[in-house]
Amino acid sequence: MYMFKYVMKRLGLMIMTFAVIMVMCFVLIKLLPIVVPVVQGQDAMITYRQLEARGYICNLVIEGTGSSQHVVGFDYVPIMQQLGIYLMRIFRYGDFGVGVALPEYRNQPVWDVFLEKLPPTILINIYSTIIGVPIGLGLGIFAALKKNKWEDQVINVIVILLISLPSMVLGLVIQYVFCFRLGWFPLTMDSGYDYFSWSMFRSMLPAVFSLCLGSIAGYTRFTRAELSEVLTGDYMLLARTKGLTRGQATIRHALRNSMVPIFPSILSEFVAVLSGSLIIEAMFSIPGVGGLYLDSITYQDYDFFMLLSGFYTLVGLAAGIVVDISYGFIDPRIRMGAK
Amino acid sequence: MEEKIVIPKEKFEFAATQDVTHDKSLQTKPRSSLHDAFSRFCKNKGSVAGAIIIVILVLFALITPYCTQYSVAYQDSYFTTTLPKSHLFENTSFWDGCEEKQYGATSFLYYYAMGQETGHNAVKNQEYTTTYKDGTLLYTFRLDSYQRNGMIYKNFSREEYESLQQYQTEYQRQVIYPMVPVKNRPAAQQNTNDANYYFKTSGSNKTKIETDENGNVIPVYATTTVKGESDNGYHSLRIEGEDGFLNEDGETVWYSYARRTSSGVECRINYYEYYIYNHTQILKDGITEPYFVFGTTGSGQDILTCLSSGARFSFLFAIAVAVVNLVVGAIYGAIEGYYGGKIDLVMERISDILSAVPTMIIITLLKLHMGGSSQILVLFISFFLTGWIGMASSTRMQFYRFKNQEYVLAARTLGAKDRRVIWKHIFPNAIGTLITGCALIIPSMIYSETSLSYLGIINLSTGNITSVGTLIAAGQSALTTAPFITMFPSVFLILLMLSFNLFGNGLRDAFNPTLRGTEG
Repeated sequence: MYMFKYVMKRLGLMIMTFAVIMVMCFVLIKLLPIVVPVVQGQDAMITYRQLEARGYICNLVIEGTGSSQHVVGFDYVPIMQQLGIYLMRIFRYGDFGVGVALPEYRNQPVWDVFLEKLPPTILINIYSTIIGVPIGLGLGIFAALKKNKWEDQVINVIVILLISLPSMVLGLVIQYVFCFRLGWFPLTMDSGYDYFSWSMFRSMLPAVFSLCLGSIAGYTRFTRAELSEVLTGDYMLLARTKGLTRGQATIRHALRNSMVPIFPSILSEFVAVLSGSLIIEAMFSIPGVGGLYLDSITYQDYDFFMLLSGFYTLVGLAAGIVVDISYGFIDPRIRMGAK
Repeated sequence: MEEKIVIPKEKFEFAATQDVTHDKSLQTKPRSSLHDAFSRFCKNKGSVAGAIIIVILVLFALITPYCTQYSVAYQDSYFTTTLPKSHLFENTSFWDGCEEKQYGATSFLYYYAMGQETGHNAVKNQEYTTTYKDGTLLYTFRLDSYQRNGMIYKNFSREEYESLQQYQTEYQRQVIYPMVPVKNRPAAQQNTNDANYYFKTSGSNKTKIETDENGNVIPVYATTTVKGESDNGYHSLRIEGEDGFLNEDGETVWYSYARRTSSGVECRINYYEYYIYNHTQILKDGITEPYFVFGTTGSGQDILTCLSSGARFSFLFAIAVAVVNLVVGAIYGAIEGYYGGKIDLVMERISDILSAVPTMIIITLLKLHMGGSSQILVLFISFFLTGWIGMASSTRMQFYRFKNQEYVLAARTLGAKDRRVIWKHIFPNAIGTLITGCALIIPSMIYSETSLSYLGIINLSTGNITSVGTLIAAGQSALTTAPFITMFPSVFLILLMLSFNLFGNGLRDAFNPTLRGTEG
């Protein structure tokens, strides 16, 4: 029951923070003028009518007739009213708006486009976690067991190097060496929607490596620190005294205990990488959420911007809360209230 | 009956003067906690190395922009993706501005002939080796990226033409070379205006290079039978003293060095020489010769200048933001931590919400709203908005740790005001963590600035300012052909992050030895 209350409290706080941020975002973004570029072959009238129907603008002043109709002026609906309409559409129809300025997605529902862009981003994250976690944990355990021997020193140096290496540079090096010089992988990700084919997987790998090398270093460092601390605990001595071999004691007692802080860190890393892969996505031209977000900024498409800002904010908040809650679940000693 | 004991006064002695019981004064010098931290820091070799690298990088960023002959705004449309070259390595095959090429006969002759005509060797030292591969002869040579432009056709006005000729006579350097008659130029579209075809070509498009029995190209210069001066100087001598030569008919002819156009004359000039002339005589911008230690970008900017200016900007910017963050964060955190209670709750909520907004969103919103004003200001405000929170929370933590200790109570009992307790008694305890925080926040700020300009969200490259990220983004498009463009800024970034990480870790251990080893 205590746990339930704790989770509820955290969730409530999170939702409140999220709501405040989103309202601020909405107000700030709606203070800007709406940009509707007139592109050859696309009818700006449709977009204006869409916006009018959506309750963002009103009092359209239209000049010309038939196909030469064009909008010369309009008024903005008061922002709070816009917010009300926006929220109502979201909760009643699950409608997050339509693309206005992004040429590729003009008059398309932003939610559908978002869903279409989500799989590559998530897949790359999953792959990077699947590759990164075992290697990171393994290296960390190995380093902790061989603490202060040469193996440990080597791993330490590698970890410091990898942690200091900015993902931008890492991506460039991987792209240059493995994709261009050695030609093992294509330079950028394949296009298309067949995400589970072999060639698609291969084209994703450079991005996956650029993402996971950094987290491998993080896991290694963290695991080594935690495990070496646990290994010096008194109960480890007791376990050995009562007759367990070193391997048994390590696996049964030390590893399980050191997992308490490590597991939440894996979860939060997974969530945090979702928002941190903007550069990697741009570098390997991955058709993911990151690229869409950058486009929505360049073209000033506000509905896209709102949705994606919400996504990134939520991801960031979730990363924090996941850690807190899973700590509580794994380790009963850790409670927020138990100060 | 009691006997009166009389002790004479002289027998009394002061005990204290005889055997000295008080403490000895300390012989060693007093050590402040900063001193202590410093000596602990010096023991950590990695951190000292990090500090040295940081100093080198800072010096590089501060000094180099004043030492190079170029500016960030400098661009040249011919010296693009020029390879790095250092005078020290000129005679080696490393860092000499050349790249190894393997071409067939046509391309090779094209470059080889450049050096034959002018002495500016596009093929380094005119050295090459040949190999047979699948029955074709391949030439392997080092192509000098400073000379590969060779000749260009350029239009001059009469005055420009004459001053160029004066320069030639004065400095004995040849810039203008004999024209090639229009009918002899290659017919293929991409080659028609290529001034490097000064030799006889054949084939349907006139792209096949004809050679004589020695394998040399056969020049087809335009000649005239009128001596230069008589024709208004159009056909003047390239170098004083050229007296013409006899043609097959026994007439004396001279090379013609210019072709009349509607607005002046068209000349065939060696771009390398013209570049020197243009910068030393006309622009007078301090550039003496094309010499790019780190090479040039695809748009012809000097990488060394751009990188060092970008680095200088990054350092100054990061330090400015860090200082502002430190001041605001310290004050905010001190108030939060000292007063606690409701004030703390409200202030914590505010900073919680602010810290939950992704930096990207703040920057985007600011950029859209402040579109007209400078991007640096946008970046500054957005880094400030998110940056001070970390400082505030670590100050707050320190205050919670120390505010209930006895010495604080004592100070308060003695009548110290809140302000005095905060700044004189508690705050000095937080300085160590704050300095460490500062040292760790600077590289992360430089890195975010770099990634933002890499992604193109922030565009800092206006006028004399550029960013390392912009440089990397520009280089990435040419990653396969000119990897050195991305290499230099990347190496800078790696060194920066590595050294600051080492330095920051050492600093943390030095200020807080109990934390040593907990984070690797």
